[in-house]
Amino acid sequence: MIRVVLPTHLRILARVESEVELAIDGPVTLGAALDALESHYPMLRGAVRDHGTLRRRPFVRFFACEQDVSHAPLETLLPDTVANGEEPLLIVGAIAGG
Amino acid sequence: MSGVRLLVGTRKGAFILTSDGKREQWKIDGPHFAGWEMYHLKGCPVAPNRLYASQSSGWFGQMIQRSDDGGQSWETVGNCFAYDGIPGTHQWYDGTQHPWEFKRVWHLEPSLTDPDTVYAGVEDAALFRSTDAGQTWTELSGLRDHETGPRWQPGAGGMCLHTILLDPSDPKRIFVAISAAGAFRTDDGGVTWKPINQGLRSEYIPDPKAEVGHCVHRLAMHPSRPNVLFMQKHWDVMRSNDAGESWHEVSGNLPSDFGFPIDVHAHEPETIYVVPIKSDAEHFPPEGKLRVYRSRTGGNEWEALTNGLPQSDCYVNVLRDAMAVDTLDSCGIYFGTTGGQVYASSDSGDSWNAIVRDLPAVLSVEVQTLP
Repeated sequence: MIRVVLPTHLRILARVESEVELAIDGPVTLGAALDALESHYPMLRGAVRDHGTLRRRPFVRFFACEQDVSHAPLETLLPDTVANGEEPLLIVGAIAGG
Repeated sequence: MSGVRLLVGTRKGAFILTSDGKREQWKIDGPHFAGWEMYHLKGCPVAPNRLYASQSSGWFGQMIQRSDDGGQSWETVGNCFAYDGIPGTHQWYDGTQHPWEFKRVWHLEPSLTDPDTVYAGVEDAALFRSTDAGQTWTELSGLRDHETGPRWQPGAGGMCLHTILLDPSDPKRIFVAISAAGAFRTDDGGVTWKPINQGLRSEYIPDPKAEVGHCVHRLAMHPSRPNVLFMQKHWDVMRSNDAGESWHEVSGNLPSDFGFPIDVHAHEPETIYVVPIKSDAEHFPPEGKLRVYRSRTGGNEWEALTNGLPQSDCYVNVLRDAMAVDTLDSCGIYFGTTGGQVYASSDSGDSWNAIVRDLPAVLSVEVQTLP
């Protein structure tokens, strides 16, 4: 199982109180994690990335083990500690405004 | 006993306000979807417990929510709004051409006859329809593909399709309004559209009498007389007696003819309401006095309604979708402000009370009259 931490807006949308746990078959890539997230929580489709192009929404960021993987290709393997659930994948809404 | 249910969309969530037919005591429920911009919520005329809601965020995009129990629970439905074909371009603020880009849903208008059919007015301006209760959306692209489309341009709030009026006497006739393109009508169920802006005069565009380019803020219609339309334009309050074929000004003695909402009394088709705002630069009431103006003559002759409304130091705005009327006898009038107040009148506007004073900025108010 991997752990994913969602920002407040997406927790409200997904109706979850805290981080979510997702089972992934096969390599734990960034794309596999997002696929699993959208499969378990279909109401998040379109909120993290575009429906058609699967491009990340501009004000959304992905952090893993203190690394910004927002710009990484979807086939990028997440760190082992994220893959085995020791550390979470963070989905972050960019800080903007005053 | 009959009652009313107000659906209030705000910058930071949705609120549902309910009361019995006396409209004196109110229950306030919310926020629903706290933190999200709730642009608009509206119930189905033929299935009042079915509600549709537009939920939006600059970070996380557009969502559509549907409730089948009057807002007690919600289901996230379809949020894929794909323009039909390859979107062309429209005019940008600097006069260059700019691609159509979906940004958000401003207004949801459920069908008058089918609870599974609902229309969505979006930014950049287009009209979508769902016939499966919001799961999937199809653009009625004849509107955006109109030959004037490349000349449409955004208003200060974006290029939004904000008004959808369904003609209760003709299921194939729909009126829409777009800032800043103008008003349009279809007589064939949305296949083809025509601009209906003759008689509008807008000094802020190169040709004040142009076919398109007018910043229409809101249209209103009484269901018993669908050929009579009322319009609050950027400046000017207008009236049409021929389904938009021609318009004439009815601003009359208003202290300012700038404003956003306009609505019609439920039982008196010649009684209309506006909220004058000082100017396009100063989005607050003239003299700091929040006044609803009522005309019982279909325009031109207006009276200020002030009883219960702040008459000093008031600098809020009332947005275009933030006024509604119920169908009780006597007619209730409701509006919400950018200061978070929701005001109600249970006597056609003669007197007002604040139902609630400290919500987030109110984007929209709709009311359902319940059996």
